[in-house]
Amino acid sequence: MNVLFVNLAGAALIAFIVWWFWLSRPKAQRVRENVVEILVEAGTYTPPRIEVEAGKEVTLRFLRKDASPCAEKVIFESLGINADLPLNTPTDVVITPVEAGEIPFSCQMQMYRGSLVATNESPPE
Amino acid sequence: MTTTRLSLSGISCAGCVSSVETALNDVEGVVTANVNFAEHSATIEGDVPVAALLDAVSNAGYGAAELRGIADEGEKEAAEMAHYRTLLRKAAVAAAIGAPLFVLGMSGMLPGLASNDGRLFWLIVGALTLGVLVYSGGHFFTGAWKSARNHNANMDTLIALGTGTAWFFSMVIIALPEWVPPSAQHAYFEAAAIIIALINLGSALEMRARGKTSEAIKRLIGLQPKTARVIRNGIEMDVAIDEVGLDDTLRVRPGERIAVDGDIIEGHSSVDESMLTGEPIPVQKQQGDKVVAGTINKLGTFLFRARRIGKDTALAQIIEMVRAAQSSKPAIGRLADKVSSIFVPTVLIIAVLTFLAWFNFGPSGQAWTLAIVTTMTVLIIACPCALGLATPISIMVGVGKAAEFGTLIRNGDALQQAGRLDTLILDKTGTVTEGKPSVTELVSAGDWKQDELLRWAASIEQGSEHPLAEAILDAASDRQLSLLDAEGFTAIAGRGVMASVEGRRVLLGNRQLMLENDVDTGVVEEVASAFMRKAQTPVFVAVAGDMAGVIGIADAIKADSKAAIRRLQDLGLKVVLLTGDNQATAEAVAQQVGIDQVFADVLPQDKAAKVASLQQQGERVGMVGDGINDAPALARADVGFAIGTGTDVAIESADITLMRGSLHGVPDAINISRQTVRNIKQNLFGAFIYNSLGIPVAAGLLFPIIGILLNPMIAGGAMAMSSLTVVSNANRLRFYKPGEES
Repeated sequence: MNVLFVNLAGAALIAFIVWWFWLSRPKAQRVRENVVEILVEAGTYTPPRIEVEAGKEVTLRFLRKDASPCAEKVIFESLGINADLPLNTPTDVVITPVEAGEIPFSCQMQMYRGSLVATNESPPE
Repeated sequence: MTTTRLSLSGISCAGCVSSVETALNDVEGVVTANVNFAEHSATIEGDVPVAALLDAVSNAGYGAAELRGIADEGEKEAAEMAHYRTLLRKAAVAAAIGAPLFVLGMSGMLPGLASNDGRLFWLIVGALTLGVLVYSGGHFFTGAWKSARNHNANMDTLIALGTGTAWFFSMVIIALPEWVPPSAQHAYFEAAAIIIALINLGSALEMRARGKTSEAIKRLIGLQPKTARVIRNGIEMDVAIDEVGLDDTLRVRPGERIAVDGDIIEGHSSVDESMLTGEPIPVQKQQGDKVVAGTINKLGTFLFRARRIGKDTALAQIIEMVRAAQSSKPAIGRLADKVSSIFVPTVLIIAVLTFLAWFNFGPSGQAWTLAIVTTMTVLIIACPCALGLATPISIMVGVGKAAEFGTLIRNGDALQQAGRLDTLILDKTGTVTEGKPSVTELVSAGDWKQDELLRWAASIEQGSEHPLAEAILDAASDRQLSLLDAEGFTAIAGRGVMASVEGRRVLLGNRQLMLENDVDTGVVEEVASAFMRKAQTPVFVAVAGDMAGVIGIADAIKADSKAAIRRLQDLGLKVVLLTGDNQATAEAVAQQVGIDQVFADVLPQDKAAKVASLQQQGERVGMVGDGINDAPALARADVGFAIGTGTDVAIESADITLMRGSLHGVPDAINISRQTVRNIKQNLFGAFIYNSLGIPVAAGLLFPIIGILLNPMIAGGAMAMSSLTVVSNANRLRFYKPGEES
């Protein structure tokens, strides 16, 4: 009984890891403003997924609170954009997503990860 | 809300102030805009792109530039130092609990779990360890939780799960011993504390080592003076660098560093630009010459007008370019990125499978212990950081090192490609030669006298901007010849020029131009051939359809070109000379510098096609040129090197910009590229091998074979060392010296 329970729990845990980290994604935060503040702290960008309207300029204002050097840069590899994030100093990255799609961003080591989701729908007023 | 400061130019009265304020206030998003007339600056509050503000001022008829100095590295360093001390303190606290437990445990001096006293003792130890996990390891747990909530997993996840499992399992043993077989009743509090201590210590040491990787950029930032001596309304005053405005007049005294970019308006001096260009000889500067921020005035004193300030100065642009390149990744690093992005969840799955494997198939009586220990060790030993750091940290040091000797590498791909080139095409003029042609010989034909030939040639060259025209005009000026009026000037690309002087049609150019206009060159052919054998370019002059003479123009070969080309050949590169000059002159130059292959008579617009033709033969081609005339060829090449640009870095077409004029910059750039890529490969190999050997060993693969099981504390130490090793290996690149071959 014990053995079966442990094995089932193990299998369920693996299924959960696969689903949670690979198959499911955090809910995107839809933004109407043209400036979005992103907190860089404790290994994560908050909010990690931001939904914006395609074709419209958006300013991502990063505020780094994590002193670890891992957090010191943010890189938008697909756009060739990177920015230094000084500690406790808001740093703006201005992007105009030309078409609908996902633009990932990360730290240099891919540990901090986030994405900008451009859609063709206008966010609700 | 953001505050933006602009420096304004063209502001001369209160009316101007009002116009600019109105223009700025009309920009959507501006909350307030105030113009300071005395400082010629504007302060704008509101979330507005700077470009929109600059456009508004420009449309109102004034000039503006953003006032933003180079980021203060001092603050960054202070924050890093504080973080470093915190990490050391956390490591010390964790070690203070873990180390005695480890030593006493090893010597058998700790009570067992069977007695009530023993359990009470372990309960207190558990509480103390919890304190360690909260104080010294709290950031791992917070990071792991926040990341997990965002469907992300990172190093914090592994450490938190590894040490958390150790603590939790130990507490279960103490609180509910009947749940666990007696053989598995061993507490792992010391492991949790020591792992936390080692990882904090490793992070602190890594941070120290990483600080050294950015030395190059710090040195560049250190070139920016903090203050400048400005003359306003006839009064000289020292002001902070951020307060220097466009068009301000600045005084530079002997030995001072120049604060912003500008043009000398009074005085002269020599300026040491070596810190930016790598060119060791100071450059003479006089009225009208440009000076750039960060360079050092030697002995003279001069006044100059500020033309580029803040982030627009050449120094700021160099810093920005180096920073951007340091953050870019070459193709070689993208595999590691892909692995990094799935690494942690994969390790989590391996950890669960490890637990199940030992639980199901472990030796009887030891299954629980082995399952717990191996799971913990797998979680702790896996290191995504070493993998993630492998490429960026080497790029950071390599690109920074190159910048130190005046070589600006645009991005990681350029760096990787530069080390893999097969063929290097050198443009002749300005690359192999000085780029300053001068008239060396004059031979007239028929009744023409030498001075008359030169006067007529110079007269029609007055409208030309070609370097050869400059040589002819200089020669005429040296002989103090007065020039004639020329009419109907026409330049024919790759041929020469034509115009009318005193009603007679004058042709000046190469043999092709003469042949196409039915001019017989026979009388000067022998002279022209002799010129070409001496690496001189023959310029034919015909007046009214008859040959008037031929002018020999030579461009001196740079003193170190031959040695640099030899270095390139020693690096295994095929070197080709490319020029618009005729074959004989080109071959004469090639022979002098030791080049075997020549592309001569190439029109400017055909240079890119020559690059493409070599690429079609399967060669990876680098092109070295001046960055302006050769822009299409530089862009077409696998790697374009713009040479001798001085401090003018605004060259979009070049992958690599060599700020000094010496051709030695090319082998140096190739060397540092090769060394950096080799360093990345070492790092990637190390990180991949570490993880792919470490994880199976941690999972207990060797236990059934040779009875070895990895201690989780050793795994913690190995994990901390792995990223430190990567950073230290990258730091070796700092010791590269230009001129050293790889």
